[in-house]
Amino acid sequence: MFRKAIAQIAGHGLVLFVRMVTAPRAIWAGIEPIPRQRVYFANHTSNADFPLIWSVLPTFLRSKTRPVAASDYWLKNRLRAFFGRDVLNAVLINRDSENRDPEEDPVARMIAAIDGGASLIIFPEGKRNLTEDPLLPFKTGLYHLARARPGVDLVPTWIDNLNSVLPKGEVVPVPLICTVTFGPPIHIAPGEDREIFLDRAHRALVALHKAGEA
Amino acid sequence: MSAPAEFAQLFTGLVLALLGATLVAAALRRWWRTAGPENIIIETVFARINAWWAMVVLLSLAALFGRIGVVVLFAFISFAALREFLTLTAKRRADHWVLMFSFFLALPLQYLLVATGGIGLMTIFIPVYAFLFLPVLAAVRGDTAGFLTRIAETQWGLMLCIFAASHAPALLWLDIPGYDGKEILLIAWLVIVVQGADMAHFITPRLMGRTRIAPGVPHSRTWEGFIGALGSGAVLGTVLAWITPFAPWQAAIMALVVALLGYGGGMVMAAIKRDKGVVDWGHLIPGQGGFIDRLDSVVFSAPLFFHLVRYFWAAG
Repeated sequence: MFRKAIAQIAGHGLVLFVRMVTAPRAIWAGIEPIPRQRVYFANHTSNADFPLIWSVLPTFLRSKTRPVAASDYWLKNRLRAFFGRDVLNAVLINRDSENRDPEEDPVARMIAAIDGGASLIIFPEGKRNLTEDPLLPFKTGLYHLARARPGVDLVPTWIDNLNSVLPKGEVVPVPLICTVTFGPPIHIAPGEDREIFLDRAHRALVALHKAGEA
Repeated sequence: MSAPAEFAQLFTGLVLALLGATLVAAALRRWWRTAGPENIIIETVFARINAWWAMVVLLSLAALFGRIGVVVLFAFISFAALREFLTLTAKRRADHWVLMFSFFLALPLQYLLVATGGIGLMTIFIPVYAFLFLPVLAAVRGDTAGFLTRIAETQWGLMLCIFAASHAPALLWLDIPGYDGKEILLIAWLVIVVQGADMAHFITPRLMGRTRIAPGVPHSRTWEGFIGALGSGAVLGTVLAWITPFAPWQAAIMALVVALLGYGGGMVMAAIKRDKGVVDWGHLIPGQGGFIDRLDSVVFSAPLFFHLVRYFWAAG
């Protein structure tokens, strides 16, 4: 009870802080912010990506949206664990596929969260993109998720400028303006091949980046 | 700062004028219910009137806290403008220190200089000290790709959003004989003249037709708009000469100068936007641009206005 109240306050504080630093703008291009179950799949350049997407979502969507995050990062110390588990209500997954329990299967965890009524935020690149490429190739998790729950909207979500606000290795964020663009949702076609689907999803996300450049 | 009689009169006049403008615009909006080009004009006018309400309210509130209040207000405006500007400039990961310096050192220091009346240092801090220090800070990080572009664009942002903008509150520290305690009216006069000219530039071509100034410039830059802007600026400035230390003929010349600079400023900022491929600088209000969109002409005209007043009217 007490912990929950603290988490709520910390959540509001986090949203306020992110808004002050990045003056973020949500661009809903081809999709509306309505309460439907969705999987937002986004590019990943910074540890602040979750809080950023989270803070541009309207409140009534935010409370039902859970980030899917790596447990090795978010359980590293008690503060992160508090933010990861209690504030962001993250679905924590173990990236170490060699040493994890079968019941820690990331896709199974995500499906369980969806069946629990949550929307998800996932980073299909699987890790932070520190290259000059706009977007790394996708891991297969998005495909498995799409096949298991084909009715859920898959929303491409492009985060722009956050890596300039806080580049890797820096501690102090600079207050540049960030945008989060939500594009038209995609769905897997019956029997669609894995490579073809992932390529389509990848292109849908890159298209948002290109639209922002023009 | 004691509130001089002119302040109350100007404030009342502005509120009445804006009230009138709001009513007229609302009436016109009802008149033109149809979706057409008039709608865009009327919505733009509405956006501007709302921005003016915000300016009047904010500047008046700031003035209640005296000179420091005005400095803090302009520091926040500078911050918002700098954020809009540096979001669009060329930068790489290695520029993080440069950006930190811009936001967390250059900006507060410049306004600290204004607030302490260090006018001499204030007028050279960014053009000299920041100008020389910034590239060193960037070079130390070693990344030389696009170096000159990165440095030049950042320095440009500092010059415009911090240096030029800070000249408006610096007007409060000028020692003008017989004008003690009224300096804030100079800021009001500057903003009114420039904003009036800006508005006339937008409206005149729509009433009187368009003759483009030159084939290469954007279609919004017309002779009608140019003359309308300068004319309205001069008229407004002369009518308001009673709030300034200027004689009416001096006010007319000063108004022409700031209207001309404001016009040029709008053109320059539009060129930068086009170069960077954006429509507006920011999204302060959805669909109506950012701080720079509303204030580019004020910022552009502030330094010269400051120096003219200082040279011709200030003591010592």
